[in-house]
Amino acid sequence: MLKKFATAAALALVLGPAAGHAAGAGGHMEDIAFSFEGPFGKYDQNQLQRGLQIYTEVCSACHGMKFVPIRSLGDAGGPALPEDQVRAYAEQNFEVFDPELDDFRPAKPTDNFPANTSAGAPDLSLMAKARAGFHGPLGTGLSQLVNGIGGPEYIVSILNGYTGETKEEAGTLFYENHAFSTGWIAMAPPLSGEDVEFADGHSNSLHHEAQDVAAFLMWAAEPKMMARKQAGLVGVIFLVILATLLYLTNKRIWAPIKGKKYQA
Amino acid sequence: MSGIPHDHYEPKTGAEKWLNSRLPIVGLIYDVIMIPTPKNLNWWWIWGIVLAFCLALQIVTGIVLVMHYTPQVDLAFASVEHIMRDVNGGFMLRYLHANGASLFFVAVYIHIFRGLFYGSYKAPREITWIIGMLIYLLMMGTAFMGYVLPWGQMSFWGATVITGLFGAIPFVGEAIQTWLLGGPAVDNATLNRFFSLHYLLPFVIAALVIVHIWAFHTTGNNNPTGVEVRRGSKAEAQKDTLPFWPYFVIKDFVGLAIVLVVFWSIVGFMPNYLGHPDNYIEANPLSTPAHIVPEWYFLPFYAILRAFTSDVWIVQIASFLTGGIVDAKFFGVIAMFGAILAMALVPWLDTSTVRSGKYRPMFKWWFLLLVIDFFALMWLGGMPAEEPYASISLVAAAYWFAYFLVILPILGVIEKPSPIPATIEEDFNAHYGKKTSEADMSAADTAPAE
Repeated sequence: MLKKFATAAALALVLGPAAGHAAGAGGHMEDIAFSFEGPFGKYDQNQLQRGLQIYTEVCSACHGMKFVPIRSLGDAGGPALPEDQVRAYAEQNFEVFDPELDDFRPAKPTDNFPANTSAGAPDLSLMAKARAGFHGPLGTGLSQLVNGIGGPEYIVSILNGYTGETKEEAGTLFYENHAFSTGWIAMAPPLSGEDVEFADGHSNSLHHEAQDVAAFLMWAAEPKMMARKQAGLVGVIFLVILATLLYLTNKRIWAPIKGKKYQA
Repeated sequence: MSGIPHDHYEPKTGAEKWLNSRLPIVGLIYDVIMIPTPKNLNWWWIWGIVLAFCLALQIVTGIVLVMHYTPQVDLAFASVEHIMRDVNGGFMLRYLHANGASLFFVAVYIHIFRGLFYGSYKAPREITWIIGMLIYLLMMGTAFMGYVLPWGQMSFWGATVITGLFGAIPFVGEAIQTWLLGGPAVDNATLNRFFSLHYLLPFVIAALVIVHIWAFHTTGNNNPTGVEVRRGSKAEAQKDTLPFWPYFVIKDFVGLAIVLVVFWSIVGFMPNYLGHPDNYIEANPLSTPAHIVPEWYFLPFYAILRAFTSDVWIVQIASFLTGGIVDAKFFGVIAMFGAILAMALVPWLDTSTVRSGKYRPMFKWWFLLLVIDFFALMWLGGMPAEEPYASISLVAAAYWFAYFLVILPILGVIEKPSPIPATIEEDFNAHYGKKTSEADMSAADTAPAE
């Protein structure tokens, strides 16, 4: 019995301790089945492109993404825009300050997305990894094993969480939002549905828009996710084979010591 | 190396003799690899190899990460993102290194608790135990400073809180804290020295690992029975032992490979599970996170630190007796370091003459409670400092001290141990239903079943 418990304890030690408890999160988070979740999850290229459009037309009015190079829009495992489209996107949407020219010029793919333009609007480069949606049960964070950490879910919940109520405090207008930790957020509702028109005619309801932009921000935060999962899968397969071979070798060399007959 | 009698390396050819008379390195390697090892070691003994692997992994991935990292407050966070986005395979390197720290601590905790259960700390292995505790302390220091390097919010505020502990020392605390930080607050000077020490300490750990191995190669490994290997002659020792290579090397590698399957899954599929989301926000001295939580491996001792608040009677007595010099904060610091010190002194606190917990019917249950207590403290360390967690923390912290300072000394006196096998060979053969060599036949019949 003691032995069984000890094994269970060892397993719990490996899987148990999560530090998800504290990150700023408030209300209930709805678990959304994003295409990129799970060991085999992949980004939906079309969804990332729709999310990029929402980011460009709505979010980037205030927020920045200063750690994300514009050229990565063309990378495989991301929105994967063709090279000429990446160049056109950079030129048409952003201006950056060039210290050599001592002036602003249209952005190039080698530039990063501009930083925020509005004081207090946090940078969105890593937002999808900087928030946790799930914390339970009892603050252990074990539910993250099933649901994931929940950063994109948090973003969706914030975008959907406005009640329409407002209040003014010290000259700042706050908007009631059930998903925000304090219940009142300084950001005005950025999306209300039908904010953008998608070229492919995809639904632009608030819920769809929120999911698309959350998926895009997950990619922005973790652009190498698909490569990582592939490396994970290949590594696990190799290690399972290695473990099996070592197990058989071990059995073979110990057999005479343990007084067992080895059958080849 | 002295210890269990066994065959030594004999140089045969002229070239071997030439080298051996100048530098007996082949003989040294031979003695280390072929060391006689108790043949009844169970799977709890694989964690030493896992730890050696972790140290190598951390040093190798760390050295490559340093090639791309910038230890400067305005550039550190961005340089980590550069590693994640632009460096070839950089995201794997960083996730391996970050999760490698977690694997390191999983392994060291299992390794420590294995030692606590099987009495590996008892004479003559006290030095091995003490060196191990020093390695554990250095690991904590290294991990803590490494966590500061990405310069995220938890890096910054964790460093502020932990160095603040030294500020709690009466009279000299503030001066020590300033000296550690290189200024009045966590800033560029702090980041630079932490970076320097984070690079240095793993090599100090590597040196201590050699001393750790040297010590237990001198005394011989402990084993699940706690019965010593017979050393009267080489023939006798061979009945109890097998050479480390290939028997235990291959066995340890099986364990390591299985552990790595789990480790690689975490790195590949959920690399941020054990991290903290707040550390993906760049450090901001003007914005304190709602909850400052250390990494999971510090949580048990963090819980002990926080358990002793100013309304606990023992803290009030200490404060009264010292005229307020020992306040709740300093008491917490003493308790935290005291909890590790109590564990380090266990060779002299455990009065039982029986080494292995297998043959100690009462000890088993107290030990089980200690394991539960450890997990409880880990959970409590991550909870906010409010009721009911504060009261539970106090009880859990009290048990940690009671186990080492009260229960172990008393148990050794009042406990009646169950029968212990006479030799390792007898235990091994009883386990595999094999007949023991003629002389030990009668003893084997009475050997306790596991």
